[in-house]
Amino acid sequence: MAQGVLIFAEQREGVLKPSSLEAATLGRELKKEIGGELSVAIIGANSSSLSSEFKQYGVDKVYLADSEELNQYDGERYTALLAEAVSKAQPSVLIIVASAMGKDIAPRAASSLGAGLATDCTGVKVIDGKIIITRPVYAGKALIKLRIDSELQILSIRPNVFPKKAEGDTDPEVIELQIGEKKNPVSEVQHVKSERPELTEASIIVSGGRGMGGPENFHLTEELADVLGAAVGASRAVVDAGWRPHTEQVGQTGKTVSPNLYIACGISGAIQHLAGMSSSKVIVAINKDADAPIFKVATYGIVGDLFEVVPKMIKEIKALNS
Amino acid sequence: MNIVVCMKSVPSSETKVKINSDGVTIEQTDVVFEINPYDEYAIEEAIRAKEAHGGKVTILTLGAATATQNIRKALAMGADEALHLICENAELADSSTIAELLYSAIKEIEFDVIFCGKKAIDCDNHQLPNRLAQLLDIPAVTAISNLELTTESGSAKRNIEGGTELITVNLPALFSAEKGLNEPRYASLPGIMAAKKKPLEERQVSMSNEKLTILSLELPPPKPKGRIVGEGPEAAGELVRILREEAKVI
Repeated sequence: MAQGVLIFAEQREGVLKPSSLEAATLGRELKKEIGGELSVAIIGANSSSLSSEFKQYGVDKVYLADSEELNQYDGERYTALLAEAVSKAQPSVLIIVASAMGKDIAPRAASSLGAGLATDCTGVKVIDGKIIITRPVYAGKALIKLRIDSELQILSIRPNVFPKKAEGDTDPEVIELQIGEKKNPVSEVQHVKSERPELTEASIIVSGGRGMGGPENFHLTEELADVLGAAVGASRAVVDAGWRPHTEQVGQTGKTVSPNLYIACGISGAIQHLAGMSSSKVIVAINKDADAPIFKVATYGIVGDLFEVVPKMIKEIKALNS
Repeated sequence: MNIVVCMKSVPSSETKVKINSDGVTIEQTDVVFEINPYDEYAIEEAIRAKEAHGGKVTILTLGAATATQNIRKALAMGADEALHLICENAELADSSTIAELLYSAIKEIEFDVIFCGKKAIDCDNHQLPNRLAQLLDIPAVTAISNLELTTESGSAKRNIEGGTELITVNLPALFSAEKGLNEPRYASLPGIMAAKKKPLEERQVSMSNEKLTILSLELPPPKPKGRIVGEGPEAAGELVRILREEAKVI
């Protein structure tokens, strides 16, 4: 009988992804209701030290695969190891973070384990021992509630939605996993050097739209982002115009984000953009047009010329920070 | 090189979603269905691969009968033939069931490469490409932004947080497309004419949601009415104060 919760701990180069602790916090909560153990699967090179990061998350067991051979994410190999952890732990719930890696490994694991999977969940409840999930569909234009009927219920959670909370202190038992053979090597990982946080993980995002006037003006959103420690986003219009890279696009055909603060500069608020960001906790809109649809979802708005408002904001925030 | 592209018809990204009285589906009157944007990149990449290496491109769609017009669009772009598995109300269906149905159809087709979009913009499931690859027991590289394809192998780049991964796999393989992979072409007039005569096979299929049960579909709670802090740069100071002291987000 499957019981308990298993967390897939995401790491790259021996550094734990912070959202993995959000998954662990959720796992600890679920364990209280459904019983069983809370365990963590840690897979990667130099990853054994990461188990200590879960000490304050009520973890009973760590399933560990630490080998130099696992220094790059490899979907097939990582999935095989995660599946082995599942067969050892026999959990009823497996939680993965819906990151680039999580979006890749979750359906692989679900398929190989014959399990149902709900991706990018933003709400989780337990009713009669079964997990009830809320997740956005149509990029957030609607919310779907569903139940996973397979014995193993797999869910991936949207980063930055479930709070993480350290509590207590445990000394989990560590169980080593058998590492299988390599099939399709990741030949290279190139890192883009960026001082800014990743869009989908950022707690603050500053986005620019067509109102920015041209690619040469985006230093303004970048500067505002930098004084706030924020990520930089863009609307589809400016990405399609080639002003900004597509990796920055927020919306139904880009990234769906839920930061604590989303600042929209010169974005009118096309429905497909609103879909991708309206679940942000606080939304600020700066736009010349008082009738722009962005003001309908904005928590706070300034009607005005962003070329005057944004520099003033940068100055005010700098003054506060100093 | 034989290529299969999995394509879905989805409500256009401009669609304003309204929920039906059944509480589990959306109203489809006045909804414009278009090719899932990520699938357009998949179709374009498939046609480019055919242009480089020869062979043919088969479009595989599972969905309502009304998807035919979008299948014709894909044929007009340059795909050669299509198989339409007709099934109503499949939009929000369980990816595992859809993967099984597509798998049953694809295993009858000779292929070297399968292209998919990284996700469909209606269900946002992000599951099908990997589930399908697992069933076919072939390697998959998902959400790719670049591909170098030979007759033997494919080297694909995928964006990860703060970087890119370069992954090389032997064919047969599946690749799912991210925005930026290419710029999809428009169908030419001769292409549109030719598409009308290209083979399109239709099969009725039925499905059940085996692993997931949809309990309800709801609109998100309405946003509380926002507040215009002011006009022009004079309001910037007040906005920053509110964000720090009231909203406590900076």
